[in-house]
Amino acid sequence: MPKNSKSKNNNEGKRDFLIISTYAMAGIGAASVAWPLIDQMNPAADTLALASTEVDLSSLEEGQAITVTWRGKPVFVRHRTPEEIKLAKEVSLDEMRHPETDEERVPNEKFIVLVGVCTHLGCVPLGQKSGDVKGQYGGWFCPCHGSHYDHSGRIRKGPAPTNLEVPSYKFLSDNIIKIG
Amino acid sequence: MSKSKFKNPVVKWIDHRLPVFSFMDHELNHYPTPKNLNYFWNFGSLAGFALVTMIITGIVLSMNYTAHVDYAFDSVERIMRDVNHGWLIRYIHMNGASFFFIVVYIHIFRGLYYGSYKAPRELLWILGVLILLLMMATAFMGYVLPWGQMSFWGATVITNLFSAIPLVGESIVTWLWGGFSVDNSTLNRFFSLHFVLPFVIVGVVILHLVALHRFGSNNPIGIDVRGTQDTVPFSPYYTIKDLFGLSVFLSFFAAAVFFFPNFMGHPDNYIEANPMVTPAHIVPEWYFLPFYAILRAVPDKLGGVLFMFGAIAVLFILPWLDRSPVRSSQFRPIFKIFFWILFLDCILLGYLGAMPAEGIYVILSRIATAYYFFHFLILFPLLPYIEKTKPLPISISEPVLGGGSPASAFAMREKK
Repeated sequence: MPKNSKSKNNNEGKRDFLIISTYAMAGIGAASVAWPLIDQMNPAADTLALASTEVDLSSLEEGQAITVTWRGKPVFVRHRTPEEIKLAKEVSLDEMRHPETDEERVPNEKFIVLVGVCTHLGCVPLGQKSGDVKGQYGGWFCPCHGSHYDHSGRIRKGPAPTNLEVPSYKFLSDNIIKIG
Repeated sequence: MSKSKFKNPVVKWIDHRLPVFSFMDHELNHYPTPKNLNYFWNFGSLAGFALVTMIITGIVLSMNYTAHVDYAFDSVERIMRDVNHGWLIRYIHMNGASFFFIVVYIHIFRGLYYGSYKAPRELLWILGVLILLLMMATAFMGYVLPWGQMSFWGATVITNLFSAIPLVGESIVTWLWGGFSVDNSTLNRFFSLHFVLPFVIVGVVILHLVALHRFGSNNPIGIDVRGTQDTVPFSPYYTIKDLFGLSVFLSFFAAAVFFFPNFMGHPDNYIEANPMVTPAHIVPEWYFLPFYAILRAVPDKLGGVLFMFGAIAVLFILPWLDRSPVRSSQFRPIFKIFFWILFLDCILLGYLGAMPAEGIYVILSRIATAYYFFHFLILFPLLPYIEKTKPLPISISEPVLGGGSPASAFAMREKK
């Protein structure tokens, strides 16, 4: 009798092992089948290939701004005046929600390049056109929920949590930048 | 009835209010199934698997497809080259259609061989033929979507079949096209219908299953289940058997998807549709070839169309064409021979459908078409008057348990 019950227990252990390993293999199989079906919704190769944009800034006069499209989003490029540069550099970081110096954000102080998407809930702020409302700090103003950005695109007042994003870009020559 | 069979309190709570778990337990777990089913009974669940696979991959493909004559071909090429795993998903969908038909055709021949269409399963069979028709419509419209040369000319030829209808034919074709040729409107409506019809198929499949579970599966002997001694619970016996069959099926399917993905396709469909140039030799997808051969065998436009649709129509009335009370071919020696002749006839028709419509092929097509209709319309009703069937076993258990006589089978049962 003891021998019998022992062998029965052994069989039960074997059976549990088989069941658990079968379910584990089935789970791995199901996950590997599910992955391609999920991953196909990620950006495709051709979408990723369009991920950089070149902009010629030679015709952009002081005080003017242009908006270009990069990855389907607006990118603001503004040629700042000396006064605007001065204001952006001299302001105290203490009063900012997201303290960053102008130098950290603008490699070439004449041209500021920003992703034109409010960090609050994704609206496009005003301030690119000459007639636009530019907010209390003279930079950009988001009409959706009233966020005010300064000449460096930093959040100064309103609900947005962080400064306007600076995309990765570099100067290919004095007047041409490549975003992305 | 007082105590729930479920231990999990959440399941118990839900089941008391919404008895889905009881339903599944009854239909998938305890469901009594004849204990002598062979591997040909795997193809129903395989067809269900194929349908689900097609719907899932299809929904995913539609996320990346553009139904417009200017973009459709390029969007499919984009799926093949740029979309993450797009090649895999499309090849599964493409080959999935072929495998779906392979599985369903075997399922149908199984039903023919073992007489699964006979009373009381006539509606079960008719619903199955309806599913076949819906599958054909869905597959045809799906083949148009990549907008290759075969897509375009296949669509043109098949829609033109309706122009054979007297008086209103031309108006019907114009209505189908939404214009004066296969064009953007046609592509858009085909996409819409190709998307929705699989869900209609799911609905009919549910009815097919309700009808199946009313009397349960037929079996290789073709006699009725006499009691619990003739059945086993569906789970684990047939769930495991179905899963084993599924893994064998998946081995073949994966081999096709990964190593021969274009074997069952036509290279001309990788040329973008050109309404100005017809390819030298148009053939439909292989699963339509027997019907295509019948269409071309008849030297008359309307006649060809009628015979082609008639080839399916005879399946609808099959339960009343076959007058024999004996279901399984195992006990019908003459019927069994003719079954295999019909099977080979269908293979021959498929071969002829792929060949050019000239010379010997036309003559053979006519002979094969004539045999097809002879088999259904003359042989089926007349054979029972000629054929002497073999004696049927007393029960499903008898051939296994009993030695010679029916009495010994009873004796065996008594002992148990």
